[in-house]
Amino acid sequence: MNGPQNSDMIRFSDMLSEAKTDTSPEGIYVAGLRRKLLFIIIISIALICVAIISLGIGAVNIPVSDTVSAIAHALLPSHFAGPENEWYSTILFQGRLPRIVLAITTGASLAIAGSVMQGTLRNPLVSPFTLGVSSAASFGAAMSIVYGSSVFGALYFTQTTIGDYSLSFSTISTMIFSFITGMASIVLVLILGRKKDTSKSTIILGGVVVGYLFQAGVTFTKYISNDEALRDITLWLMGGTWNASWGSMIVLVPVVLITIVLLEGMSFKINTLSAGDDVASNLGVDVNKLRRDSLILSTFITSVCISFTGIIGFIGLMAPHICRMFIGNDSRYLFPASAVMGSLILLSSDTISRVIIAPSQLPVGIIMYIIGGIFFIWLISRKNVGEYW
Amino acid sequence: MILSVRNLCQGYSKRKDTLKDISFEAETGKVVSLIGPNGCGKTTLIKTICGIYDQRSGTVSVDNTPLCSMGRKETARTVGYVPQNVTYSGYSTVFDTVLLGRFPYVEWTYTKKDIRIASEALKCMGLEDLSGRDINHLSGGQRQKVFIARSLAQDPRFYIFDEPTNSLDLKNQLNMMKIMKDIVKEKKACLVVALHDLNLAMRYSDEVIILKDGFVFDNGPPEDVITVDTIEKVYGVRSKIFEENEGFFIHLYESID
Repeated sequence: MNGPQNSDMIRFSDMLSEAKTDTSPEGIYVAGLRRKLLFIIIISIALICVAIISLGIGAVNIPVSDTVSAIAHALLPSHFAGPENEWYSTILFQGRLPRIVLAITTGASLAIAGSVMQGTLRNPLVSPFTLGVSSAASFGAAMSIVYGSSVFGALYFTQTTIGDYSLSFSTISTMIFSFITGMASIVLVLILGRKKDTSKSTIILGGVVVGYLFQAGVTFTKYISNDEALRDITLWLMGGTWNASWGSMIVLVPVVLITIVLLEGMSFKINTLSAGDDVASNLGVDVNKLRRDSLILSTFITSVCISFTGIIGFIGLMAPHICRMFIGNDSRYLFPASAVMGSLILLSSDTISRVIIAPSQLPVGIIMYIIGGIFFIWLISRKNVGEYW
Repeated sequence: MILSVRNLCQGYSKRKDTLKDISFEAETGKVVSLIGPNGCGKTTLIKTICGIYDQRSGTVSVDNTPLCSMGRKETARTVGYVPQNVTYSGYSTVFDTVLLGRFPYVEWTYTKKDIRIASEALKCMGLEDLSGRDINHLSGGQRQKVFIARSLAQDPRFYIFDEPTNSLDLKNQLNMMKIMKDIVKEKKACLVVALHDLNLAMRYSDEVIILKDGFVFDNGPPEDVITVDTIEKVYGVRSKIFEENEGFFIHLYESID
């Protein structure tokens, strides 16, 4: 047996080289890889463009050229001069950038969590929202808003400083509460669907039931809370990125990045699950461990992001499906593509919700459901999706 | 190499064993058929051999090395499984599905060699024209062939198939058995296959194991163990066996009761 030699590897350059008119199975496969890679590159470029545009618009409209020069100046101060108006940089980096970073991270997290859940449970309808994770995490966040100060005492009101930025402990508390209740929901759903022959609809049904259970919890928390907490909870439940600050981004971004890398590392194994648990296990995959680990990780990033943004549904379902229609079901490409697509959708919706009724703004959920819904209906009617699962 | 199953017991409920004290050997270069009525334990036996279920007692070993002491990937390179009902997910292409068979060999990502082997496996099953198609656009029989191709890409010493001919038409059933018989001879591998069609078992296997109620009822060369008497005892069906130029043929004509 020859070990895998360097010359035997498929290089990116092979994938990107001129399209060959190779109709052998190998040729079609390599052409497919090229298409997948191209798709990821295109949506990444689109994401960067939207981010730059989004940085520029708002109460003060900053020309794209100034935005670009401000970014170039921030990255390489010695090579590029900043924009003429110095306060542009302050608006861009202190005012708008945290919010954009939050939208990108949250979109990526929810989308990759959705595609992991769909892949490991072999079920096209599951997502953080349909499995009840979102409702559960929101219950945790509501609990934190109402009871955080009594659980953590004075610690709840402390501010930590990381570098130049401050982070309040209430944020951490919301993250912890959300993760605990999010985990509780996924464990409940898995227990409900533990039998070997559980059908796809049973898991969904389990998720819906668990979701209602936690929604009842949220309603109860709202009912017993005082006016101030009620306002906080209601605002938070609407979902939005206005909570963004550099202090919280310093915690959120590394956590999400590491989790995404870990999930991408599992993608090769998750692919084997597409042929069924028995085949995957015969191929040498510890199916139960893989499913448990990947679901814990995806619940984790979902809950952490939700604790900042409130409930943002739909992305976890929509982004993976859109990507699947373009590049198929290979998790190695689907996960990163879904992440970028999720960021793109959330950031675009967030930008529109910021400017559509400026100077006031809409909760991002409203815009996203409208754009996303229309786009999704168009995609479904274009390709006959009913037969796909 | 010899796959040997010794005193294997297996069951789903604590009180009752589905498989009771199963012992047999399967040698490379041979086609071994598992036959027996519904619910006799064929699928349970196959899944236990393939390491999908942990055995309750007894051993499954290859050349005296118990499978459960091998690493997961080594086991995967030794026994390859094709299920009775194939599971698949939307948007997976035929080629991606066949490539999954290379998983036990892959360290980081598929190499050109893996892609070449998967492509050969596709050609072997006559699927090269379907390689880029979505698996859920195929017919049941084509899907079954994709899964057989996937196990060919896995290239194990022991191919373990659970009723692979279920959704295949007549010609494909014969072809599949012929292809597998050739592969087994050529690669010095072994095929253990659960079958319902006694004529296929008679025609293509070197050895037959008859299961009844979780026991091994009989095993040996097909013409010795598939007899009118055995068929009546195991299946409860009257039959006649004729010898013609092409070999033995079993005619089933009446169920007893």
